[in-house]
Amino acid sequence: MSTASLNRAFALLLWRDLVLALRRRTELLNPLLFFVLVTTLFPLGIGADPALLSAIAPGIIWVAALLAAMLSLDSVFRSDFEDGSLEQFLISAQPLSVLVLAKVVAHWLITGLPLLIVAPLLGLLLHLSGASIGALLLTLLLGTPVLSLIGAIGVALTVGLRRGGVILSLLVLPLYIPVLIFAADAVASSGAGLPITAHLSLLAALLVLALSLSPLATAAALKISLS
Amino acid sequence: MTAEVMDHGLEARGLGCVRNDRQLFADLSFCLCPGQALILEGRNGSGKTSLLRILCGMRQPDDGQLCWNGEDIFRLGPEYHAQIAYVGHRDGVKQDLTATENLRLARGLGAPNPAFGIDAALDQVELWEHADSLARNLSAGQQRRLALARLLVTWAKLWILDEPFTSLDSLGIGIVESLFANHLAGGGMLAVTSHHPVSLNDADIIRINLST
Repeated sequence: MSTASLNRAFALLLWRDLVLALRRRTELLNPLLFFVLVTTLFPLGIGADPALLSAIAPGIIWVAALLAAMLSLDSVFRSDFEDGSLEQFLISAQPLSVLVLAKVVAHWLITGLPLLIVAPLLGLLLHLSGASIGALLLTLLLGTPVLSLIGAIGVALTVGLRRGGVILSLLVLPLYIPVLIFAADAVASSGAGLPITAHLSLLAALLVLALSLSPLATAAALKISLS
Repeated sequence: MTAEVMDHGLEARGLGCVRNDRQLFADLSFCLCPGQALILEGRNGSGKTSLLRILCGMRQPDDGQLCWNGEDIFRLGPEYHAQIAYVGHRDGVKQDLTATENLRLARGLGAPNPAFGIDAALDQVELWEHADSLARNLSAGQQRRLALARLLVTWAKLWILDEPFTSLDSLGIGIVESLFANHLAGGGMLAVTSHHPVSLNDADIIRINLST
């Protein structure tokens, strides 16, 4: 297959998933609302002491982002599995891993990018300093795509199961831990005035690794789930 | 002569399939050549759908080998997939996309058929007036016809169809049968399961009954 038709298939599928998301806006809002609600509930629960809040803010925001990403994972392949579209991808003339990547990119644009947009506001709410908010945005920019990419492997493995939800969490959560550790620590370090280049480099390395390997693993997992 | 050898279609050698520890079928061999139709018969649960999924390359046969123009289809991969179109039980129609959008995606994923644009394909299945309706607003039979229109927009030699006539009225069945006849007349191949009798007039038909 030529590169032109490959690019075309990638663009078409990306476009399709974005159109579908816009036509079902409630699904679009669900993870974002979860992210905002969880984060805003913390100051109510533990009191509005600025020092305490700014100390735990990196952890709170990143845990909420991670759970929001997990909440949205099932939608990556579920509806396509149920209506048979996934079978069509499997037997399309294009390599499945490229189609999978298009779907994951769409998923990140729909569920990951909105988190980045509201994160500065939540940072302000939790008394994060300007530098920490900058670090938070950078870690979210590098980290949330990793969450989508790794999550896709888990969803691909469990999409054929009737109740895959619990297994999905157990499969995916341990793989999310490195992202959580480096990202939350980066935000905390920047608050303390320490350099965060090492954290960001590690997150970027994780992203490159996930970007290059996860589509292949996801495609293989889908083939197993559908056979 | 060489062209004939090159172009001899799909060949199954000793296919077997085991599902849930039950042998669905074993030692199934056939050869499907251009212009021929394979009609699978058999009771519910006799393995018709499993066989079709094996023919699509979605499922590995537990036994035997499947060759396209002499090469194993699992080795060919996407190259083989470019030659086939499949409409399964779940028809792969996206409810929140319009008829045109559904077909545009199908066309982009396969090898586009130069002879049939999206409008022409919708015209063939008599859905042109619903081109911009969301699929969820179409009736079950219309959705089925939309799924079958997918066969036309890509350039596929082998059509693999699981119960294509489900929820179609007699007019719809007539439309689809004429699509089949044209496809076979143009040197295409067809593998189909159906509880309805498929009338393909004078086409060259191979019948396999999986229940016997």
